[in-house]
Amino acid sequence: MAETKNIMIVGVGGQGTLLTSRILGGITIGAGYDVKLSEVHGMAQRGGSVVTYVRYGEKVAEPIVEEGQADVLIAFERLEALRYAHFLKKDGVLIVNDQRIDPMTVVTGAFEYPEGIIEQLSQKYKVVPVDAMGEALKLGNSRVFNTIILGVAAKNMDFEKEAWVEVIKNTVPPKTVDMNLKAFEVGYAIA
Amino acid sequence: MLGNEAIARGAYEAGVKVTSAYPGTPSTEVSENVVKYDGIYAEWAPNEKVATEVAIGASMAGVRSMTMMKMVGLNVASDPLYTVSYIGVNGGMVLVVADDPGIYSSQNEQDTRMIARAAMVPVIEPSDSEEARVFTKRAYELSEEYDTPVILRTTTRLAHSQGVVNLEERVEPDDKVYERNIAKNVMMPGNAIKRHIFVEERLNRMAEDANTLDINRAEYGDTKIGVITSGIPYQYVKEALPDVSVLKLGLVHPLPKKLIAEFAGKVEKLYIVEELEPVIEEQVRAMGIECIGKEIFTVQGEYSANLLRKAILGQQPELEAPAQAPARPPILCPGCPHRSTYSVLKKLKIHAAGDIGCYTLGAVNPLGVVDTTVCMGASISTLHGMEKAKGKEYIKNWVAVIGDSTFLHTGVNSLMNMVYNQATGTVIILDNSTTGMTGHQDHAATGKMLNGEPTYAVNLDDLCHAIGVRHVEVVDAFDVERLEKVIKTEVARDEVSVIIAQSPCALLKSFVPKGKCYALPEKCKKCGQCLVPGCPALTKNEDGTVAIDETMCNGCGLCMSRCKFDAIQLKKRGE
Repeated sequence: MAETKNIMIVGVGGQGTLLTSRILGGITIGAGYDVKLSEVHGMAQRGGSVVTYVRYGEKVAEPIVEEGQADVLIAFERLEALRYAHFLKKDGVLIVNDQRIDPMTVVTGAFEYPEGIIEQLSQKYKVVPVDAMGEALKLGNSRVFNTIILGVAAKNMDFEKEAWVEVIKNTVPPKTVDMNLKAFEVGYAIA
Repeated sequence: MLGNEAIARGAYEAGVKVTSAYPGTPSTEVSENVVKYDGIYAEWAPNEKVATEVAIGASMAGVRSMTMMKMVGLNVASDPLYTVSYIGVNGGMVLVVADDPGIYSSQNEQDTRMIARAAMVPVIEPSDSEEARVFTKRAYELSEEYDTPVILRTTTRLAHSQGVVNLEERVEPDDKVYERNIAKNVMMPGNAIKRHIFVEERLNRMAEDANTLDINRAEYGDTKIGVITSGIPYQYVKEALPDVSVLKLGLVHPLPKKLIAEFAGKVEKLYIVEELEPVIEEQVRAMGIECIGKEIFTVQGEYSANLLRKAILGQQPELEAPAQAPARPPILCPGCPHRSTYSVLKKLKIHAAGDIGCYTLGAVNPLGVVDTTVCMGASISTLHGMEKAKGKEYIKNWVAVIGDSTFLHTGVNSLMNMVYNQATGTVIILDNSTTGMTGHQDHAATGKMLNGEPTYAVNLDDLCHAIGVRHVEVVDAFDVERLEKVIKTEVARDEVSVIIAQSPCALLKSFVPKGKCYALPEKCKKCGQCLVPGCPALTKNEDGTVAIDETMCNGCGLCMSRCKFDAIQLKKRGE
């Protein structure tokens, strides 16, 4: 593969985007690529807008993804999808968790939460919406919604399903392996 | 590995035996990883000055030592830094200092290289995780070879990016023999005058040797453009300008003047690409070499490949405009005890002199009670300064707020000053039993050490009494009625007082929520009182009644205590 692939994961601090990026890191390293991941820690993690970049290829220099470069954008929340959609390439794929979390600027009434985000973005990009929270609650565990999103993303990327399963087993806490694998299957079947 | 994990690995491989640090984004994970290795004693110290002095002691005793901090931590540690530069080392000593271009989690955007130049301490700067590991080991070699502490400078992007890292075995250098040597180790005037001469010579010698040092590397390509760079910006140069000539500096202080002159002579146009201050650029100009730097690049924020494409090549890729999306600033978490304390201060219309931690977020709406934030520990002393400027009546609607970890960092000195100088202010210690902002590190009052072992826990109540505070009240941060009463009483008092508002951080692994709150829409009168403290788990339904997101709620009950209509109930854990 000559060209470096660019993945972005965006969401709200506390949603568990770091776990997802580490699984992505695991699968790309496992496939023999040079990989760089870039995360945000500290103050921004407290309920703010968070971004993680994953770049893999033969040799990766820059650790961040810039505007117009993302092959896949995984958004854990609708408004965050809207905020970062312009980072996508024209033929990029947007996987968006169809969930609304009001930022404080909306709660205090300073701004309104935009309506019709998914419809609007679908006109420009290939959009795959997922009701991950709904699916997770069906499994009886709201916390695995991020693994469901990961399943959807996996279906839209070029790695073997077995490889994903292995990485998940090695990355998530041992007690949660079964639940996470179930959640991954659910996501993988949706896409 | 994260850059920070790779530094920890490098320290292990270098045979480091002692590390001491205070947490600070983006440096914290170095300590959290170094402690996992056998053969290294790693600790949390109450502040960076203490940590640096611990590392100095370990070096004097003859072992390799390390201290790690964010750049503002270096300000706290600069007192020992300036003098250990004169003393030098016995066992190698490295200070890992992380800058934060873009100010992701800091109070300013200072450049560590400026302090290092002033302290005459060499600085080396890796560009990725693998170099972070290798350069850490090189730092110890340089430290011992030149008898100097060495600063390993990183930035947020390096510290928190992961890259592929090779592993090597640990070397176990023999401990250096300790010999009493007051001319080197006791910095009184007569000795310091002589050591200052040594320091100047050392820096000149290093600068000369830097011309052939393996971590300074010229990569010749197209010579129309030449770039001098270091650290993470090197990656942006390689991404944006893969074919140009690059002088990549691993040692960024002192600079290799001959190497720079030689490189500059071979390229047509010379650019200096460095984030933050024009430290390299000004020195290159002082050598009489023409170059292009901050007139086209910024001193603010992070760089990127696109920024270089635009500035150097004039390329402007066609990009989609970003959509209009309401901002999502960081906020206090659901179940955060600071929200409860702040809701009481807001009700009483009390201003807070603030400090460094999650609780700085109390400055913004909807809480809006924190008026000032300067640096670690400053809440207490700035309140004191206000009182001395305007009199005790002036601060009757003021308090200082400071976290437990920050209080032990440098707040306790300020409190001592208040007692000593007969102040009358009130200090609220927001005691959530952890260092929250940096990701939950233990400290001297948590009863646990960095390695997880139990230890003595400083009792904050006793500590305040011991330094002469006669009125110390310990209150449950969620007991809003009592908290309100206590704050009113203590603020009115004409003596120094401390209120310790206790409740553990809701993100602590040991935190057990009381249950989950839920709303009864049929009882809701839409008064909005529950929404005032700004808990992110609360939203409004279409009809204006309140809904609580059960996946986010930590069951603190603050919203419930504010509802006069019993429209919010707590479903207790296990019910």
